[in-house]
Amino acid sequence: MLVNQDQILTAVIETVQMVTVSFIFSILLGLPLGIALFVTRAGQILENRAVFSVLNIVINVFRSIPFIILLVAIIPFTRLVVGTSIGTAAAIVPMIVYAGPYIARLVESSLLEVDDGVLEAADAMGATPFQTILRFLLPEALSSLVVNFTIATIGLIGASAMAGTVGGGGVGDLAITYGYQRFDTVTMAITVIILIVMVQGLQSLGNFLSRTVGRR
Amino acid sequence: MIEFKGLEKTFEGKHGTVHALKDINLKVDKGEIYGVVGFSGAGKSTLIRCVNYLEQPTDGNVIVDGSDLTRISTKEIRNIKKKIGMVFQHFNLLNSKTVYANVAMPLILENAPKAKIRERVTELLDFVGLADKEKMYPDQLSGGQKQRIGIARALATRPSILLCDEATSALDPQTTDSILKLLQKINEEYNITILLITHEMSVVREICNRVAVMEDGNVIEEGTVFEIFSTPQTETGRNFVNTVMHTEIPKYVTDMIAADDNVYRINFVDHTAARPFLSQISKKFDVEVNVLFGNITELQGVPFGNLIVTFQGAGQEISGALSYLGDNKIVYSEVNAYAG
Repeated sequence: MLVNQDQILTAVIETVQMVTVSFIFSILLGLPLGIALFVTRAGQILENRAVFSVLNIVINVFRSIPFIILLVAIIPFTRLVVGTSIGTAAAIVPMIVYAGPYIARLVESSLLEVDDGVLEAADAMGATPFQTILRFLLPEALSSLVVNFTIATIGLIGASAMAGTVGGGGVGDLAITYGYQRFDTVTMAITVIILIVMVQGLQSLGNFLSRTVGRR
Repeated sequence: MIEFKGLEKTFEGKHGTVHALKDINLKVDKGEIYGVVGFSGAGKSTLIRCVNYLEQPTDGNVIVDGSDLTRISTKEIRNIKKKIGMVFQHFNLLNSKTVYANVAMPLILENAPKAKIRERVTELLDFVGLADKEKMYPDQLSGGQKQRIGIARALATRPSILLCDEATSALDPQTTDSILKLLQKINEEYNITILLITHEMSVVREICNRVAVMEDGNVIEEGTVFEIFSTPQTETGRNFVNTVMHTEIPKYVTDMIAADDNVYRINFVDHTAARPFLSQISKKFDVEVNVLFGNITELQGVPFGNLIVTFQGAGQEISGALSYLGDNKIVYSEVNAYAG
């Protein structure tokens, strides 16, 4: 094995950092976008064909670009935001650009699951659009949102491995530089096991949270 | 309290324009329970949704408590909505919230103080008989209990109007009965005007004062429940009355009637029901009275129904008996043996 325990520990911390920070910012970007997508749909509380169409197309454009391409394509933007195009911070920017629109879609699909009747009840009570979103839409969709956020987080772990190509570090980077490029099978196995444990743990946590908030 | 003037509603669908409401003119008075009955697709759902502007009319006016909804701002409409409670067929409760939070919701939207909310919700849960369920969630309750929560929620802001959209259609007959009794209690104790739509004539019979029959976007008949039940003017009206009254004469009875028999349908309404006029006829005239078929039920606490009878005797005796009925304001009609 060509790596020591410290290197593995550092890599794990870097992955956790990248995923956590990009997750938080992706939610901040994706949640409002997803809500906007839903409420501007035909027949919804803030129906607006123009806004919906623009959002829909922009999100599709970003969702069409493979992450590995996005990573290098937006380097100028990354440099503008964090001042550098290499390292962990530099990896986080494309991860947000990648996951934000993805989360927007997931949020939209969660909101579409909410019973129309509940929104009709909100309307009948004279709820404002803001109250409808905050008091009716989000609470009713919360359980499904948690499930979808879990999926997005696992997607981010995958993206973080590719972010190694811009020197992002992390477990995935270790797997590629040592396990793949230097034929270090033991490191490869260890990193894969770490990733499996992370994903399993996250999925279990997500399921638990979803059950708790949704009482299912 | 609620008035529709020349109300029109059209929907632009994939298969062309659907004319859901055609020139509706109706008035619901304060404190009454008004029923709108019709088959599915008749437009009654659209009509009730115009009252709290869940649907916007294409043309015409909706006047609620003096305000013409078609002429005021969205914000003013929102305030009027808070004075109109609505109960839904499928309850439309928030499954993610407790019973307490569901009933409290309209008050939370008004930013009412917590203590006030607690007081009102407790009072309402007590009123609907579910005080012990406040910490439970809707999916732990039966259909009837969910509808009680729906009703409690609709009453939270002390509305002057309650709209019931097929409120009992998803419930079994016994539960329906208890929900109808609850609605009646609300109407009596709080003097809340109730507008309900239903496809079940039994609901109308149980609690309504007045009723409109809708078909194909039109109100084809309107009147007191007594009027509609005793003298329905349209085929659809008759069909609805027949679902609970069986005014149709069964085949075995028509088979018994010969062509030259004198068969009459005598309506029992209110004052006539309690009087022994059939035996009076037999005594006063030389007429044999034979009851072939009958159906007497209770309509809003008053006996109501009809009897199919044959009169046997000489022609002048029979016409004497008939004019006696007429003099006593008893409604009767001749029954044709073939047409029933």
